[in-house]
Amino acid sequence: MWNSFRTDQTLGITAEITTYAGCGGDTIHAYVARPTTDGPHPGVVAIHHMPGWDEFYQEFCERLARHGYIVIAPDLYCRFGHGSPDDVFAKARSEGGVHDDAVVADGAAALEWLKAQPDFSGKTGTIGSCSGGRHALLLASLVPGFDAVADLWGGGVVPTDQVNPARPVAPLEYTPQLATPVLGIFGNEDKGPTPEQVDLHEAELKKHGKDYEFHRYDGAGHGFIYYHNGLYRPEQAMDAWEKIFAFFERNLSAE
Amino acid sequence: MCTYISNSATVIGAGKGASGWFRVNQATVGFDHPTFTSAEHAILIDFTSRGEDLSARVAVELDLESGRALLATLTETIRAAEASGVE
Repeated sequence: MWNSFRTDQTLGITAEITTYAGCGGDTIHAYVARPTTDGPHPGVVAIHHMPGWDEFYQEFCERLARHGYIVIAPDLYCRFGHGSPDDVFAKARSEGGVHDDAVVADGAAALEWLKAQPDFSGKTGTIGSCSGGRHALLLASLVPGFDAVADLWGGGVVPTDQVNPARPVAPLEYTPQLATPVLGIFGNEDKGPTPEQVDLHEAELKKHGKDYEFHRYDGAGHGFIYYHNGLYRPEQAMDAWEKIFAFFERNLSAE
Repeated sequence: MCTYISNSATVIGAGKGASGWFRVNQATVGFDHPTFTSAEHAILIDFTSRGEDLSARVAVELDLESGRALLATLTETIRAAEASGVE
């Protein structure tokens, strides 16, 4: 739970930007946040949202690290160049966004990076919001080795007109092969995914007997945990965080 | 929802960004998540210079109604300019 640490606890975190070999061996940046306590710690590959590898996502990683995870968030827009996050986002947007194959390969390489950490427990989750929710589902579906996936309002999970050369397959299509438990967090006022699209996703998971839990929030739309803008809904956001912490603890704790 | 709606045009002109004036050769118009505006989506207009530093950008976020108003104003201005015979 958030804010449930003991005041005599020595838990702290460190965080830094590092580089690692991503898709095609390209050196890309990643934000890494991790507990300062002795391991072993489970890992999390955090997939940033469409606005990019920004300060919100750095703080997102730190929050998870504070709860005991080694978190790595690759800069999926690294190949578009560097500048302020919004300038890089604009460049990525003008070029149609990042290709799914690159995201999956960068995520798979992040998993390998975690495996090389001496204090890694061997359990790994992936989480993302917005486009990152969709990407996290793709990653967990296509790369063996993940133990949990959290999709925060990922758009384009079910087939829509978003299917294009950069995003050729909707993650829904991979449901039969998805081998990890799924957490879904959604706002009922979201226009994408709409509640109807979430219904379709849930029906597909149910049809294939998958382990999943969906939490849908009234009074919330897209991006309702983004405390830096007007989409923020504090009560729904904090409840969603509790669902995330509980889900990861259940699926990523040591056997 | 990430719409990925984005269209670009090659343009000739100049813009004033955070570091002053620069040559503009691309205009990109999208409808997706804004950076500053408190809305899920907005018309996103970027005037940029391909090949230059990514900070060479003039950015505007508008709601749809404002986008329509801008389009109408631009169309009317171009019509008047062409009618004036001045180049």
